Amino acid sequence: MEIFQNIDLYMLLKAFVIGGLLCVIAQILIDKTKLTPARILVLYVTLGTILGGLGIYKYLVDFAGCGATVPLTGFGNNLAQGVIKEIQKDGLIGIFTGGLKASAGGISAAVFFGYIASLVAKPKIKKQ
Amino acid sequence: MKKNITTKQEYQTYVEKKSPNSPILKNCFNAFWVGGLICVIGQIIFTICRSKGLDETTSGAIVSISLIGLSAFLTAINWFNRIGKFAGAGSLVPITGFANSIISPAMEYKSEGYVMGVGAKMFTVAGPVLVYGISSSILVRNSLHNNKCPRINNIN
Repeated sequence: MEIFQNIDLYMLLKAFVIGGLLCVIAQILIDKTKLTPARILVLYVTLGTILGGLGIYKYLVDFAGCGATVPLTGFGNNLAQGVIKEIQKDGLIGIFTGGLKASAGGISAAVFFGYIASLVAKPKIKKQ
Repeated sequence: MKKNITTKQEYQTYVEKKSPNSPILKNCFNAFWVGGLICVIGQIIFTICRSKGLDETTSGAIVSISLIGLSAFLTAINWFNRIGKFAGAGSLVPITGFANSIISPAMEYKSEGYVMGVGAKMFTVAGPVLVYGISSSILVRNSLHNNKCPRINNIN
């Protein structure tokens, strides 16, 4: 049970609160402005890349850990940070390779698991 | 009835008073704790990876992949819809929502075939997310940091 002694409860609380608040903002947008969920996702990713590119988002990541990286703004931040890192490493070509390289795991996993799920599972017919 | 309703305006205020007391509060509360909980699960996985000696980037990728895997499993057994209905943005905004937006149409459009159904419809929501995410990450980098990268300046 050594693993569980490493878990910092204060950090978990911070992740809970920040992650929760990001969801609440989205919920308010959905309820008040009639933005569709797809638009919310696009908005969050774009916001994440802008904040990530400005270097603001990393303070939130330092503060809340997965509370900031797990929501989609973190995905956007990941894209922006990937571009910045790759440019420092490889030069201009990094503009095009960096973003996807940094988020490759998530995208590949989602596509692959999606394909597997479509092979094995049957969608439930919605009862109206 | 205590009060007679004669005008349209009175009726409107009456309806507003009687309609369920701002579901937005309840929605926000559910979104808060479900979204927070998903992030906590991520944080626990992250801490375990870190304590095994993996670096921060790898741990982050493992967190994303495990949450996406979890989301795929819940979507495949049709539980994610129920969670989504209950939690709203709480399950949408974390990476689980992104995963669900790929996996759910992939399952649903199976009947249209594996290429134009599963393969194409997978990206109905994820496509725009990737388009705007990738494009803005390129634009943001170039509009903000032009002076900080020596190699770019050399080329220019």
